[in-house]
Amino acid sequence: MLVKRLFSILVLTFLLSPLCVNASGDSSAQSEPNVKTEIKEYIGHHLQDSYDFTIWHEYGIGFPLPIILVDEGFHLFMSSKFHHGEAVAESNGKYYKIFHGKIYRTDAEGTIEMDEATHHPSNVKPLDFSITKNVFSIILISILIFWLFRNFAKSYQHSMIPNKKGRLLEPLVVFIRDDIAIPNIGKKSYGQYMPYLLTVFFFIWFLNLAGMTPLGIGVTNNIAVTFGLALITFIITQFTAKKSYWAHIFWMPGVPTPMKVILAPIELLGVFVKPFALMIRLYANMTAGHVVIMSIIGLLYVFNNWFATGAFLGLTLFLSVLELLVAFLQAYIFTMLTALYFGAAAAEHDDHH
Amino acid sequence: MEKLLNDFSVGLFFWQMIVFLVLLFLLKKYAWTAILVSVKAREDKIKEGLEAADKAKEMMRQMKEDNEELLAKARLEREGIIKAAREAKDKMISDAKLKASEEADKVIKSAQEAIKAEKNAAMNEIKTHVAELSISIAEKILKKELAADGKQNELIEAAMNESKLN
Repeated sequence: MLVKRLFSILVLTFLLSPLCVNASGDSSAQSEPNVKTEIKEYIGHHLQDSYDFTIWHEYGIGFPLPIILVDEGFHLFMSSKFHHGEAVAESNGKYYKIFHGKIYRTDAEGTIEMDEATHHPSNVKPLDFSITKNVFSIILISILIFWLFRNFAKSYQHSMIPNKKGRLLEPLVVFIRDDIAIPNIGKKSYGQYMPYLLTVFFFIWFLNLAGMTPLGIGVTNNIAVTFGLALITFIITQFTAKKSYWAHIFWMPGVPTPMKVILAPIELLGVFVKPFALMIRLYANMTAGHVVIMSIIGLLYVFNNWFATGAFLGLTLFLSVLELLVAFLQAYIFTMLTALYFGAAAAEHDDHH
Repeated sequence: MEKLLNDFSVGLFFWQMIVFLVLLFLLKKYAWTAILVSVKAREDKIKEGLEAADKAKEMMRQMKEDNEELLAKARLEREGIIKAAREAKDKMISDAKLKASEEADKVIKSAQEAIKAEKNAAMNEIKTHVAELSISIAEKILKKELAADGKQNELIEAAMNESKLN
């Protein structure tokens, strides 16, 4: 009880302290905007993909990753050529420069011409298939997942009870089967969807967790990644759909004919909205989580005093724990909804809606 | 939205799809099938074990019931035997009693008969004695009486009268 009360007092002080600082005058007004913009840039930078694997930006700790470009030919070189985006890289007689996290083709001096109307560079953007930090992380995490589960699966060869790692993972596998797949898809046809549900769950969860590490691998807060996952869910749903699924979309049984006509376009739209919602939900949740935590850490530097340091550190810790939960929850929700859509596709009965 | 589209990285999408699909394929082939099959097999085994345990329990219960039934039967039988034995004993006793009393009656009867016979014999003997005695007395009297002649005739006449009256 006491701890709880102390905590609520602490939280209240967090909420009030910005007001106090603002009220106390702007003695440090000179440096504050700089700190704020720096934090904003840092967060933006953190959320963005990058061409080299930076572990500690200030000290240059990290390693370069391969750049693969398709631009009137094939270009392959290491990202160290860019010198962290400061230099112009030359490959097969063409020059490239990183501008705002994207590679543009430039001249030898690296001139970026800005389009006045759109505020985007008008330089040519080559097709970029680089192994970026996110791609590298995805590969790394995928290898980790495969190694973990291969090991886990192998341990069944010796006994009916898995090894230590397996004992940790097995309840999750059983959880996905018994609490996600079977209730939503049904006992008859859940088997064919299990590999995808399991893979997608652990893929998202592990990547979310990787995003929690100080390495700053924000894979699941990238729309391209969530789009890919949602796309696979969409494709599997459409291709395994039974007759009843299409009937429910185009000619809803059990409603009057005029309603059927009205419902058809709505339901058809729903087919696309569902995976779209999946994509946005995961992307937005993970992005928001990162932004909030990094902003709170940033506040440490804005209110540069001992009290704020302690307070915001505590809040960061609390939010990090919350994010840990969200990491699991988002993986669960994605898998759950995917199973729900599969369930609608696999349903053969016409008795419920 | 425009920022999102601008941020959309085709390369990342491309690699992500490839890596994910390869991961899906590999995991399906080398992990999920084995894991799911093993988990299912174990669950089935546990289920079977539980069912077998239930069956054994049921069997035990049945056996116990049978035993109890058997015991009850045995008890009943024992009671029957005891009862029969008791009856037999009672019967034997009563039979013995009956026989004894019969025997006693017989003995008494024969004793009575013997007594009666003895008595009759004694009576007969006494009768003969008395007859002999009375004859001898009568002889003596007659000898004395008949010493006088008149008396003899008188007697004959009296005897004659008497026999006529009979």
